[in-house]
Amino acid sequence: MERAWHQVALDVLKANEVRLIPYVPDNVLKPLIAALHADPFFHAFTVAREEEAVGIVAGAWMAGTKGMVLMQTSGFATLANVLASLPCAFQIPVLLTISERGTMGEFNLGQAAVWRTMRPTLEALGMEHHVITRLDECEFIMDRTIRQAHLTQMPAALILSPLLTGGKAVTRQVVA
Amino acid sequence: MTAAHNAKRMYRFDLMQRLVARLEHEEAVIGGIGNTNFDLWSAGHRPQNFYMLGSMGLAVPIALGVALAQPRRKVFAVEGDGSLLMQLGCLATVATLAPQNLAILVLDNGMYQITGGQETPAARADFAAIARGCGLAGAAWAADEADFERLVGQCLTIDGPHFIAAKLDDQPPVTQTERDPPQIRDRFMRGMGAKQSKLPG
Repeated sequence: MERAWHQVALDVLKANEVRLIPYVPDNVLKPLIAALHADPFFHAFTVAREEEAVGIVAGAWMAGTKGMVLMQTSGFATLANVLASLPCAFQIPVLLTISERGTMGEFNLGQAAVWRTMRPTLEALGMEHHVITRLDECEFIMDRTIRQAHLTQMPAALILSPLLTGGKAVTRQVVA
Repeated sequence: MTAAHNAKRMYRFDLMQRLVARLEHEEAVIGGIGNTNFDLWSAGHRPQNFYMLGSMGLAVPIALGVALAQPRRKVFAVEGDGSLLMQLGCLATVATLAPQNLAILVLDNGMYQITGGQETPAARADFAAIARGCGLAGAAWAADEADFERLVGQCLTIDGPHFIAAKLDDQPPVTQTERDPPQIRDRFMRGMGAKQSKLPG
């Protein structure tokens, strides 16, 4: 049976010895987060804010442990200052995995509005970033991006498109 | 236990010298942005020091990452009060993960000294009480220099996480850290034993 995207992600993280996973949760990331918690290889835990997670992964890398931050699009939008002045300036391979909200069926205008800032911010920072849309490309893009980040000591971001994950879509306006 | 208003106002450079003098086992020290890490630098560079240049508020998270990566090494985060205010949530994270080898030292001068001495919006805040409220039960103010040394000694000998707050006077930093981020990172990684290189450090 074909592996789901979150199983591929877990396998790639393990193969690259990426153990430390601080995150701010997202519905789309739920199966990956659950799998990370279930596997003793990983140390996954929540933080109060995405900036904290960037600091934790940066510190861990400098002390010999590899990590990755999980977040959603709106969380990424809080990060420009710390990405510029910590991983970009110090050349530390902080890895970000961003569950892409705000596009392809988004129901929340706030998410849709902040989505427009993500790629321009990554481009302005000069950060390597790749969007993963297809299951058959998931392993290659994740694995090569992680490896390159570690080998070149530069941060990188992986964007999980709704085309890959299914996203978080509702078909009509919810009034509740 | 010393209350915030009873804590003696001390000289940051003196406290940094006292801290560094106690470090005999290659303990890591993460110095927060600005004057905090300037005085850590002035107290004498060690390969186990990391000097933040930007990313205001991340001294504690960076130190937490180091502490999680190397549980047998003691790790100090030295952070300013204005910086900690930007990232108070990290205290709850530290209390939840409870790394035994992490100590947080907050140097509270009540102002943004590097930008002209404007007051922080924390005139009524008590950082040790905030830390205790987040779950760092032993968080304490240093009453004076001798008490500071006693508390640092506890950090070095007793399992944490620890939290020490110290009130500062308004003396400026002695000098400034050399601003070369990749070099600072490279030296720190060697100091942590996380990188070997044939190039001179």
